[in-house]
Amino acid sequence: MKLTVNGREQDVDVAPEMPLLWVLRDTLGLTGTKFGCGMSQCGVCTVHVDGKAVRSCTTMMSSVEGKSVTTIEGLAADPGHPVLRAWHELDVVQCGWCQPGQVMGAAALVAKNASPTDAEIVSGMNGHLCRCGTYGRILAGVRRAAEIGRTK
Amino acid sequence: MTTPRTVSRRDFISTGLAAAGGLVVGFALPGGGRRLLAGEESPDGVLNAFVRIAADDSVTILLKHAEMGQGISTSLPMAVAEELGCDWSRIRVEHAPAAPAYFHTAFGIQVTGGSTSTWESFEQMRKAGATARVMLVETAAEAWGIPASDCRVENGVVLAGDRRATFGSLAAAAGRRTPPDSVALKAPKDWTLIGKSTKRLEGADKSAGRAVFGLDVRRPGQVFAAVARPPHFGGTVASFDPARAKATPGVVDVVAVPSGVAVIAKSTWAAWRGVSALEVTWKDGPGAGVSTRTLLEEYRALARTPGLKAAAKGDAEAALGKAAKIIEAEYDVPYLAHAPMEPLNVTVELGPTACDIWTGTQMPTTDVAAAARVLGLDPSKIRLHTPWLGGGFGRRANPRADFVAEACEIAKRVRGPVQVAWSREDDIRGGYYRPMWASRLRAALGAGGLPTAWSHTIVGQSIIAGTPFAMMIQDGVDGTSVEGAANSPYLAGIPDFRVGLHSPVGPVPVLWWRSVGHSHTAFVVESFLDELAHAAGIDPLEYRRSLLRNHARHLGVLNLAAETFGWGRPLPEGRAAGLAVHESFGSFVAQAAEVSLEGGRIRVHRVACAVDCGPVVNPAGVEAQMQSGIVFGLTAALRGEITLHRGQVQQSNFHDYPILRLSDMPEVTVRIVNSTEPMGGVGEPGVPPIAPAVANAVFSLTGKRLRSLPLRLP
Repeated sequence: MKLTVNGREQDVDVAPEMPLLWVLRDTLGLTGTKFGCGMSQCGVCTVHVDGKAVRSCTTMMSSVEGKSVTTIEGLAADPGHPVLRAWHELDVVQCGWCQPGQVMGAAALVAKNASPTDAEIVSGMNGHLCRCGTYGRILAGVRRAAEIGRTK
Repeated sequence: MTTPRTVSRRDFISTGLAAAGGLVVGFALPGGGRRLLAGEESPDGVLNAFVRIAADDSVTILLKHAEMGQGISTSLPMAVAEELGCDWSRIRVEHAPAAPAYFHTAFGIQVTGGSTSTWESFEQMRKAGATARVMLVETAAEAWGIPASDCRVENGVVLAGDRRATFGSLAAAAGRRTPPDSVALKAPKDWTLIGKSTKRLEGADKSAGRAVFGLDVRRPGQVFAAVARPPHFGGTVASFDPARAKATPGVVDVVAVPSGVAVIAKSTWAAWRGVSALEVTWKDGPGAGVSTRTLLEEYRALARTPGLKAAAKGDAEAALGKAAKIIEAEYDVPYLAHAPMEPLNVTVELGPTACDIWTGTQMPTTDVAAAARVLGLDPSKIRLHTPWLGGGFGRRANPRADFVAEACEIAKRVRGPVQVAWSREDDIRGGYYRPMWASRLRAALGAGGLPTAWSHTIVGQSIIAGTPFAMMIQDGVDGTSVEGAANSPYLAGIPDFRVGLHSPVGPVPVLWWRSVGHSHTAFVVESFLDELAHAAGIDPLEYRRSLLRNHARHLGVLNLAAETFGWGRPLPEGRAAGLAVHESFGSFVAQAAEVSLEGGRIRVHRVACAVDCGPVVNPAGVEAQMQSGIVFGLTAALRGEITLHRGQVQQSNFHDYPILRLSDMPEVTVRIVNSTEPMGGVGEPGVPPIAPAVANAVFSLTGKRLRSLPLRLP
């Protein structure tokens, strides 16, 4: 099956029902995308499919065939990405396991809405769990990322 | 973990030439065996380095404690850099390997726990930095033919007049020198880095997905494994049919192991599918009939009997018997899973004579011992590598090394490297929980409304019984069960008190969970104290101030939190406030919370937090840990509960074991007391006060005293 990952075409020999997450991690070796729950409960595995944030742990390979997938590795190829800059400025990270997913979620959010209200940030990011409790900084980080994005 | 608050001073500085030709500074154990001579890092690789300075000017700092989110990967390098005077941007950090040189100076094994990392390593790290600086300066001075005292150090460069030499250019020659017998450390007033908020060193790598965690380890030819474990604790495999599992695409093999049946596959997903397809008949074990509902009734009954004495003065029973006014209450808290966002995982590569293991662990020493036992190898043949930890909270510090031992059992039966991954369901149902606890309290109130007699009986499983830590049990009392209750500051002014303990043995495996015993005692003691204040008709803040008048650090954080919160000021309609103060792990934290009810659910709007942890290395890190502790504690206060019915754990994933979400997040303000008291920890002390602060606020709002966690209005 063919798909494009971070701009590169990939041909993978896997079961059509294999979740995208495990194709990325175990077949393609892209381990930046993390596993947290396996049932779209935590947002840790978030990637972009054709620009939209999806939970890769419950996205079957067959549904992304021929589509364009961006993972954290692809987004971080631009170290000046507003979300990464904001995350660094606000020192958001603790253990870090959930953060690639948070960054992907935040990037999709600010791409869609350049000036999100706090309520819009909360509803947009509420599917992303963080056991270390970096939520206060995530809220501030998305605000800041939007600001950077607007002035860029 | 309970912490002996002393650091033994048995370190011997050892220095030498790094394999790649740079300076290495470390600490050797006394007694000769591991005391290294200058010239080589160690006979068989890097076994005791704390700091390495390479020719390219990079400074590598080895962390003997694990970074699991708590920020020691930044605070410990700050201690080194303060004395070394290096260029902060050239610092790299690595987890140290498992080796005796990295043993915790108080615990005697290599471990990250008890909120000890920063204070425990503080002197070692500064000494390592200072030793390296002295040797680099001496090298430059000798080359320039001037006294070392004419040289100064700035940002990774030794300077004298217009002469300059970078650390990297001096490192190889410095590595051949004899280390100084002793080094002078800077006085706190001269610190320029310690005490300054500093961003996390590995933050950018983590945000960008570059940081390698245990589950990200990839070895050539690696296969993936998952394990079908018994549906109740203590169960065993009676029989199994591997046919359907083996027919699952991607599955390579099915093997029986002591903990269950392992499926080996080409991906983690295929391994989990294989586990689902397995047909296993389980044999009942001791946990088959356990139900938490009946267990809690047994605990409550036990709490009405005295138990072993954990602390006592005078005759509490006699004093209570004579008292005119007695307040009595029963409290309980449930089993809790740690649920780190990165589920447990271990990668094992077993060679003919040695074994490499990668796992995010807080307790390398017991892991190595378990691996050696399972694999029949000498511990020196086990090379344990610690990648970044996606959370730990105590679950990765298991003296029984359950996850490592199991992975080694699998590795014995598989050719080539194998990674064992736990699903979220495996994690939530895997045991090693924070114990369930019940408490019964009685207090007599005197004429002024203050307690004159106090009795507190605690019931719950011992965490350390049956582990190598059991030697810390004194007269039958596991200190981790009663910490925060047996040494409550409120007892000091009470003439007659007794704290008793029952430690029933049960089949549910238990373990330390962020803040350990304090996770229940703070809730119980601080809630009950609120009951006493209410019964006495005294404001809860004033009541605590009266009782804590001789406890300056408690009082300091209590007053600061109250002031920050604006205690006593009118709140918006439908809201109320509560507060709590608690000492744990050498630090003092007070929190005040503002709550309301939204559709019958408790909502926490804001929290003011004050902490006194002694001298602060990284204020940004302390603030982050207080925020983190509050969120972790709020999950336990409002959501967390593991229940068992007929042996079966009833929760399985985040839909039924919910953790706090962004929409639940209160506004948190953290203030740090400027303190010269002994340094305490910060990873755990932010957790204990939040549940009672919220429960006390709910009482103030509704008049209902909630005595069980999670807090639920009837």
